[in-house]
Order: sequence, then C-alpha cells, then structure tokens
Amino acid sequence: MEWSVVGELLANAVVTGILLGGFYAAVALGISIAFGMLDIANISHPAMIVLGSFIAYYFNAQWGIDPLLLMFPAALVFALYGAGLYGLYYRLFESREKDQRRGLAFFFGLLFVTEVGLILIFGVDLRSVDTSYGEVVLSLGFVSIPVRLLVPFLIGIVMIVGLHYFLNKTYFGLAVSAISQDMLGLRLMAIDPIKIKQLTFGLSLASAAFAGAALIIIQPIEPSIGREYIGRVFAVCVLGGMGSLQGTLIAALLLGTAESITSTFVGPSWAPAVGFGLLLLTLAFKPEGLMTRK
Amino acid sequence: MKTSDFGFHSFLALGSLALFFLVQSLGGGYYLLVAFYVLQYVVLSTAWNILGGYGGYVNFGTAGFFAVGAYSTVFFFKLFGLQNLKQLDLGFIEISLPYLSFIYFPAAVFAGALFSGLLGLGTGYLTLRLRGVYFSIATLALSIVAMTIVVNWSYVGGARGAFVIKPTVVAGFKDANLFVLCAMILLTMLSLAIARRIEQSKLGAGLQAIRDDEDSAECSGVPTLRLKLQATTISGALMGAGGALFPFFVTYVDPIGAFNLAHTVNSIAMPLIGGMTHWTGPLIGATLLGLIQQYFGSKNIITPEMSLLIVGFLMMLFVAIAPNGLLGLLKRKHKKAHPISATRSAPEKPSQ
Repeated sequence: MEWSVVGELLANAVVTGILLGGFYAAVALGISIAFGMLDIANISHPAMIVLGSFIAYYFNAQWGIDPLLLMFPAALVFALYGAGLYGLYYRLFESREKDQRRGLAFFFGLLFVTEVGLILIFGVDLRSVDTSYGEVVLSLGFVSIPVRLLVPFLIGIVMIVGLHYFLNKTYFGLAVSAISQDMLGLRLMAIDPIKIKQLTFGLSLASAAFAGAALIIIQPIEPSIGREYIGRVFAVCVLGGMGSLQGTLIAALLLGTAESITSTFVGPSWAPAVGFGLLLLTLAFKPEGLMTRK
Repeated sequence: MKTSDFGFHSFLALGSLALFFLVQSLGGGYYLLVAFYVLQYVVLSTAWNILGGYGGYVNFGTAGFFAVGAYSTVFFFKLFGLQNLKQLDLGFIEISLPYLSFIYFPAAVFAGALFSGLLGLGTGYLTLRLRGVYFSIATLALSIVAMTIVVNWSYVGGARGAFVIKPTVVAGFKDANLFVLCAMILLTMLSLAIARRIEQSKLGAGLQAIRDDEDSAECSGVPTLRLKLQATTISGALMGAGGALFPFFVTYVDPIGAFNLAHTVNSIAMPLIGGMTHWTGPLIGATLLGLIQQYFGSKNIITPEMSLLIVGFLMMLFVAIAPNGLLGLLKRKHKKAHPISATRSAPEKPSQ
C-alpha cells in the first residue's frame, strides 16, 4: 500500500471513528447516568435501546414517520417506564439491602425477556428505516462523511451538552447531582431522594429512546444486536470515569476511533473485541477512569 | 441440611446407575438427548453456583466458558488429526478403535477444564479486586469477545462451524452415544461432589462470609481475593469440562450454538429457582427446568424462544420474591411447622 493511500484511509477511519464515537456517547449516556450517578448497573440498557430502535422501525414502516421525530414522544414514554421500573427496583431490592447482585440478576432477566420478546414479535430478520437522508454522503476533499453517521453523532453531542447544562443549571439537575454526593443533605432539604432517583432513572431510559433512533439510522438492526453494545457502553462508562459526562464523551470518541481504525486496518469482524479489550485494560490498570467525579 | 458422606456417595452411585439403565432400557434416542441436556445443565448450574451461589458473585459468562471448553475439543481434534482415526499409535502402545474413546473423552474434559479454568483465573485476576458489579460486566462482555475470536478463527471452523466425529464403536457399549451419556453422568457426579466438598470446606465458609459482607470478611482475615479466584477458576473449569463433551454429543459445533445465551440464562435461573446455598439447589433447579423445557419443546407446545422467555420471567420472579429458591421456600415452611428444629439452621440475614 502506498503511503498516500494509507493516509487517506487513516483520515477516513478517524473521521468515521469520531462520528461513531458521538453515537457511542449517546448509547453510553444512559448507563453513565444510572450506573455513575444512581449506582444501578442497568445491564438491560442496551436492550432498551434496541427496543427504542424497533419502536422507531415500527412507526416508520407503518406510517413513514421519521425516527428523528418519533424519538421525542418515545422518550417521554420511556421516561415514564424508567420511573416505574426504578420504583419496582427500589421496592424489591434497594430498600432491602445494599447488595446489588440480585438487582443485577433482575436486570439480566429483563435484558433477556426484552430481547426474546422482540424476537417473538419481529423475528430475527434485519430491519431498517427509510429516510430521505439515509443514503446521502457529504464529501470534504478525500474525506467522506455519511449523513447516517453524522445525524447520530449530532444526537449524541446534543444529548451530552444538554444533560451537562441541565445538571449544572437547573434545580432538578442539581438535586440529581446531589444524590450521588450527599443523600442526607438532600433529605434535610425536604427533598425525597426516591422521587429524584425515580426521575433520574426515567431520564436514563429516555436517553435510550434517542439512542435507539440513532442506532436504527446508523445500521439495520435485529433483536440481539444490543449484546454487542454491552461491552462498548461499559467500556465507555468505566474508562470515562463513573458519572462524568466529559469523561463519557472523551471515552466514547476514543472507543469509536479505535474501533474504526481496527475495522479499516484489521477487519470489521474484529471491531466488537475492541470495546471489551478496552474495558478489561481499564479495569486492570485504571479502574477509576479518566475523569473521576469528586 | 447436612448429609453423611456415605449417604451422599450412595446417592450419587445409585442415581447414576439408575439413570444410565433407565435411558438404556428406553432405547436411547430421544431419552438420551433429554438426559444429556438435563445433565449438561446440572453441571453448568452447579459450576455457576460455586461462585454465584456460595460467593455471591454473578457470572454472566457461562456461555463463554462453555464454548471455550467445546472449542478446545474441536481444536485438539483438528490439531492431532483425530477425525475418523482408526487407531492411535502412542509409540509404546497401540490403541484400537473401540478403546479410543477412553482416551479422547478424559483428555478432552481435562483440556476444556484447563482452558476455561485459566480463562476464569485471568478474568478474575483482572476484575475481582474491584466491586462485584465490574466482574459481572466483564464476564458478560467476555462471551462476546470469545465469540468474535472464534468467528474469525478459520482453523476451528470460523462462523461456519466444525464437525467432530467421534469413534463409532466403543468397547462395552451398544451405542457410542451411550458412552457419551456415561461420560456426562460421571462429570455430573464429579461436579456435585466438588460443590458439596467446597460447601463443607474452609473455602465454602470463606465464600459465604464474602457473600454476607465482604468488607467484614476481609477485616476478619479471610483472604477474600484468593478465595474468589479459587472459586472462579473451579467454576470456570467445570463449565469448560461440560463444554468439552458437547461436541462429542452434537458432532457439529458452530459459534451460535456454543455461545448461545441460553446457556448463561439457564445456568443462572436454575440455581436461583432451586436454591443457591446448597448443592442440591442447582440439581433440583436444572432437573425441573430442563425437563419442563424438553417436555414442552418436544410436544411443540411452545417454541424454544417462548421457553426462554418463560425462563427469563421465572428468573426475575424468583430473584424478586423468593431469593432462596424452592429450597428456601421449603425451609420457610419447615420452620413454621417445627420452630425448635429451625433454630439449629443458619440464621437468616436480617432484613433492613
């Protein structure tokens, strides 16, 4: 291979990787909220994202609604679902014991039930959506930017920035930040931490609706595709530092770039291993992550 | 619920013999499949329970450990060119076809156990020093990576899968498949014996202390990391041993079958449903769930997906309302009926 070709491939791989990274940030955000701020390892989150994708697919196939429009009402429904789910989780596990291991098994069951449920309803075929921008590719010199990657990237960035603003500037957001810092203080301010946690978990699931819309714009989906994202999202969360939004974004961009370069130069079938490798390395050498929340 | 050694060993011996002759008298075939399926899950859920039940560390990687065992068999068959071999020349002795299985099976089980045990040790070493959640997440992703490697590794068949042709005749057995079943029965008995032994040993006591309160255990001088690593290694090795026999039975292994998430879900659901604190829990859970799945599956009453959906729901139900499984429910009933005898059993964790 000539060096100019390698350079061109590398430039394209990096750009694709950054776009992909923005999308990974959207996917990991919900876990970052639930795991980082509420200390709930919701491993069913990727399955919820796939559920969001299938809802987007259904509305697109039936009535031709664009996933980008549908994601707003879907997020509302998911938020309610999340609030209800946390209520159940709290009553069953959190109020009884500090130990989260049983909760983990519960969420694993939920992951599985969601996945199998989707298989029973939609089958195992790949599904995709029809959008006007899905096939468009912008080109800047020798770098090409597919819109189907650009849109999810923007969704991810807007979500991260929006959440950052929300957590730091609004009353409710500050209460959410307080949960992971000073629960007693929150109680003394006459705020019910359970209510706040319920809303926060709702927020986490709402992000799954957005990420689901992004997912189905990027690629065709089938029910078990969420599994590929489990290694990725936890790699991003742990590497980024629990609950740190900047960390999540940086880690997501790193992972996206690493995966994209691996796909280009080693082979796309190796890409799923990158996230896991990153996760293991992080757990082994830097378990506190890049940006630790104090 | 302590059992004497003599009682336990006669239970194992009689159980194995009864099962073997029952299947043989029924003429093998479908019943052999059912027996193999159920026993495989007894092994997997017993193995899972050593770490998950006794120590409280949730392993989501059963499918990965199982598949590593299965693929170690595939790998060695390929490496030594054992497909359709008529006799094996070891230099000092020549082994003819009817006796080959007696070499292959123990060697495969040993290799599978070795690789999966090392995998468990490695994963555990990297993640067990952190909170339990991280270990669980790592094991969940582990299966996916192992699958990626196998899919990309054309030597062991890649995504297409590979055939493992076992010797067609085995000395002393009417049907070579009966020999596979026999091997599985022995492995099951071995797993149950190991689980019971751990339960009664210092390792078991230490694991229980870890499950109840790891920090206090560490402070009281329990070498928590070492015990967790031991449990992870033993648990992984048993899963691998179970997986090593799988190719002999199905003769064809592909990544989707070997890494099936059903292995993971079942091996967690079965101890949960049976009861996680005693070696009989996984045995009861695996037998019940395995038989039910096979029965409804064979009658075409429910599809395999449907049966997995039911297992998933049962798992959520039990973990939510009956965390000690059927054994726990029985004990609770027993306690109500005989309040005095119940005081001798271990006190339950106070609920907050």
